[in-house]
Amino acid sequence: MYVHKAGLQIDLRGQLAALSIAAVVILIGVPLWWRTTETYRAWLPVSQIQELANLQLQLSADVEVVFARGTVTPEQQKKVPLTLTQDDEHVVDEDTALRYRYETRYRTATIMEEDALNQPTAAEADLSLHTLSESPCGSLVVYVIPESSSLLPEDVDVYVGQRRTALLRIGAQTRVGRTLEQLLSHLEPRVKQVLQVMSFSHTDITAALSDRVRLSPGNKESIADSMRAFKSSPGYEITFSLLNPDPKSHRLHWDIEGAVQTYIQPLLRKLAPLANFSIDSQTLYYAMLGVNPRFDSSRSAYTLNSDSLAHVINPVEARLGSNAASSNPVLNFLLYVPDAHHSPLHINDHKKQEVPSNAFHSPRWGGIMVYNVNDFYGPEAAFPVDINIDMAKVMGVFLAQLRLLLGVQSSAPPPRFLVAPCSSAGIADWELDRLMWSRSVENIATATTTITSLAQLLDQIGNIVINDNIAQQVSSAVTSLQLAVAELESGNLRFALQYSKEAILASERAFFDPSLLHLLYFPDDQKFAIYIPLFLPMCVPILLSLLKIVSDARQRRREKHAKAD
Amino acid sequence: MAGQKLCVCVCVCVCVWAVCPKDDFQEELVIRPLHSGDIYASFQFRTVWETDFTRGNKVSHYRLFPKSLGQVISKFSVRELHISFTQGYWRTMQWGQPFQPAPPGAELWVWFQDSVTDVDSTWKELTNVLSGIFCASLNFIDSTNTVQPSASFKPLGIGNVTDHRFLRYATLPREIVCTENLTPWKKLLPCGSKAGLAVLLKSEKLFHSSFHSQAVHIRPMCQDWECKTTSWELRQTLNVVFDLHTSAQGKREWSLFKMFSRTLTEACPLASSSKIYIDITDNPEQFEVSPATPLLSQASVLGDRRTFSVYDLTQQITFGTVRSLNLLIRWKSSEGDMLRPLLHGERYVAGYGLQTGEIHTLMYNYHPYRSFPVLLLDSVPWYLRLYIHTLTVTSKGKDNKPSYIHYQPSKDRVRPHLLEMLVQLPPNSVTEVTVQFERALLKWTEYTPDPNHGFYVGSSVISSLVPSIVAMDTNSTRERPLFSSFFPCKEESSYFVRVYTEPLLVNLPTPDFSMPYNVICLTCTVVAVGYGSLYNLLTRSFQIEEPNPGLAKRIANVIRKMRGVPPL
Repeated sequence: MYVHKAGLQIDLRGQLAALSIAAVVILIGVPLWWRTTETYRAWLPVSQIQELANLQLQLSADVEVVFARGTVTPEQQKKVPLTLTQDDEHVVDEDTALRYRYETRYRTATIMEEDALNQPTAAEADLSLHTLSESPCGSLVVYVIPESSSLLPEDVDVYVGQRRTALLRIGAQTRVGRTLEQLLSHLEPRVKQVLQVMSFSHTDITAALSDRVRLSPGNKESIADSMRAFKSSPGYEITFSLLNPDPKSHRLHWDIEGAVQTYIQPLLRKLAPLANFSIDSQTLYYAMLGVNPRFDSSRSAYTLNSDSLAHVINPVEARLGSNAASSNPVLNFLLYVPDAHHSPLHINDHKKQEVPSNAFHSPRWGGIMVYNVNDFYGPEAAFPVDINIDMAKVMGVFLAQLRLLLGVQSSAPPPRFLVAPCSSAGIADWELDRLMWSRSVENIATATTTITSLAQLLDQIGNIVINDNIAQQVSSAVTSLQLAVAELESGNLRFALQYSKEAILASERAFFDPSLLHLLYFPDDQKFAIYIPLFLPMCVPILLSLLKIVSDARQRRREKHAKAD
Repeated sequence: MAGQKLCVCVCVCVCVWAVCPKDDFQEELVIRPLHSGDIYASFQFRTVWETDFTRGNKVSHYRLFPKSLGQVISKFSVRELHISFTQGYWRTMQWGQPFQPAPPGAELWVWFQDSVTDVDSTWKELTNVLSGIFCASLNFIDSTNTVQPSASFKPLGIGNVTDHRFLRYATLPREIVCTENLTPWKKLLPCGSKAGLAVLLKSEKLFHSSFHSQAVHIRPMCQDWECKTTSWELRQTLNVVFDLHTSAQGKREWSLFKMFSRTLTEACPLASSSKIYIDITDNPEQFEVSPATPLLSQASVLGDRRTFSVYDLTQQITFGTVRSLNLLIRWKSSEGDMLRPLLHGERYVAGYGLQTGEIHTLMYNYHPYRSFPVLLLDSVPWYLRLYIHTLTVTSKGKDNKPSYIHYQPSKDRVRPHLLEMLVQLPPNSVTEVTVQFERALLKWTEYTPDPNHGFYVGSSVISSLVPSIVAMDTNSTRERPLFSSFFPCKEESSYFVRVYTEPLLVNLPTPDFSMPYNVICLTCTVVAVGYGSLYNLLTRSFQIEEPNPGLAKRIANVIRKMRGVPPL
């Protein structure tokens, strides 16, 4: 009996030891192992990112509709409502919705504005209206003028000025005398049409969302239009290159410095809120085009067909050199002076017709212009010939291409619209506004996609270390995005663009941070291969002894039952 | 009327002159037959641009100067930049002094402007950009192989900044130079490889040689002797030595076609001067040159007055009736002595085993009666731990105390050792500098992919003003052949020489790289065995068992059982 009791006690001690070892392993060992092998992951604003993934954009535009004398009767004048808000909702896809809010304010023209409207031509009226009051970025003023007004030509109903004003001729069918409601309801679609030309249209905005939303294949034209312009970026490098394949015959001089100052800088100064631009130029000798032009004996000239233009760029591009000082996208403008044996050189379009500008552009890359110099010298000239390049002609072409590549829209206005010719700056205020609307939306779309895909990636791969600076970039991107969306909603275009630019910068910096790449990701099977030699010999005795304890306890209970019976 | 016309003409010319920043391009090839029968060809292309990158004004319109380098200069506020890529080692004792010395591998040294606030990060960015421009592994330059020499690398252009905080020097002795480095280098030339001397630069011939070195040097320099305005000079040099046996099948006969598999037909139309110089100082005793040229030129270069035949490619007459120039050099005899270079350096590692060793640097002064001081620069990686107390300098068996020592100890994984000293070399002597070192153990990720090949230690640099036998030209702005105007000359009686020693190849203790897995398995086994026995001791209960009954007793018991008798 005594011996049996001692055996039991020893048995109990062994069981206690096994249990306490198991407890130590589970309570200290496992947490310790967990802590030491854990990857550092800073906190990310996941819920806010998920909110952004479901993007509800609201664009608010302020419109001021000013009735000139003779468009409303004095009784109607008193009844003119002060403001009218209109919402226009579009669902683009399941997580993107757009809402356009037009806040229209009505008033009658002041005496000074009446004076301005009495100018002989629309352009002068536009200028003097502008000096009276300057409307803020993103807003519009539409002056409704009587049908009898001589400001606009017969076949024109709407004049779009160089600033943020438009003149709208009241239609023949809305004569004075009809009710105000009828007048307003008649005006409303026409004001909206003006708005679509001068600030934003649904097609523009959906095109700007192309980073986020897969567009249903529309017509080819609009896709080509949307792919022509460069993607929004905080900066652009503009490089002008003079290609002289034949320095033995032609000694070319171009006053690029003066030309840039005269023609390009005014436009870029206007575009300064959009992005930073830097300009440089270079001369490349012995730079050939990639294709051999065909000799057209009927015109005694060499021709480049439009289908071979695609092969021109690649060999030239090897010589252009990338920008060593920044990683912004580069807009290349090449002026190609064909060599003496291959001039004149003309570019033909699809219909085999000579292109009058002798230039073409390549979407999201730049433009090339061919400049023939064979008329500058006779057949008996002594080589090399000194040639001064007419920069006005060249820069006219390059400026038009630059406008296209930067996305300044120049699509044809609707019928009965007259758009004021370009000012010396090369871009009207409303064109800039238009660009700013679509660029803000594009930036927001790009930044949200970047941030959500980064969050998704980090969520999927649990092994990536998230450093504090990445978390900080992500949070600042999210804050800027929220601010940008809020500013768009309240119609502050300039701030919206500013915040969206900050958002895109921060999100790209977070996404392309090298610390997200350089870690080694061990797959799970390799981890097990390393841990098994350590864990298996440790766990097997513990598990076995635990099993034994359980089975012993069960045995004892059964014995007790048997005894009780 | 005619006078008026002329006046207008002059006005126009002046206007053009004033508006356009003037740039000028020169090209030059020097061929020097070497006494060993090998041949040395040295190309120099120089673009000088009257502009100013320094004052913070934006330079953005380029003509002859390459845009990529201009952007680098303005973005990183570079005052002077020297980069070289070399394949092979220049054998000073067989070939004499080169026109532009360069160590094997890649070498980069840059003086920054004093407006740069964070030189280290600018340097890091600059090396990354240059590595992209030249397709080289310059991005491997980091703080562990960058030093700031205090005296050895002074600015070669104008500039009174001598504060070595703005200087960075790094070498990559392991860098292998090949076609992909030559192509971007050629792209920087205004004529590319389409016209002028650059048509000779065909990589299949250039890299089939004993020595190949290409370099880019950018520096500001004076426009005239008054030095009121500065201009920037870009000098691209390429030096190549063709071997007598592999390139010429042992025949002592060279031609342009044999060397480069091309002949010359025109000068680069953009070049204001395009010349070929052939060193004929030893002619006619040793070799003859055809076609012969009446133009001769004398230049004092590297302390020696040499005579050159000059071929001016801008003159149509040079190309003769066949409209192509194929220079031919034929040896008549193989005798003759070479003027022995006055300064020469060698270096090797001594010692055995993988723990300690000793670096020996030998500096030879062959001048018969003059002693002169030299500056020795040694940059040794941190994994060779130098024992600076073992540093000895001996010449002619006697201790030679350096008059200036600048030593910066290394920090593990942060910066290398830098040892600079000024040593007086006695005439006709060998000076030996020895220092002992210990090899460090690297972390296993720090080893190169082929660790058993060994680790390279960059060349030592010996810079010196060597006494000259002939008077040197001190006027830096005078029109001179390019090869003789690279190092500015301050006085007539001496000339500047930089000699690079061989790079070292040192073996470090190399582990077995399957080790980590073995270690994991071994430690796990040990842990498992130790833990298992401990666990058993703790949890098992031990009881004293009755000793086993003997075999006889057991058999007896069985029998007793069968008989029905109680067992024993």
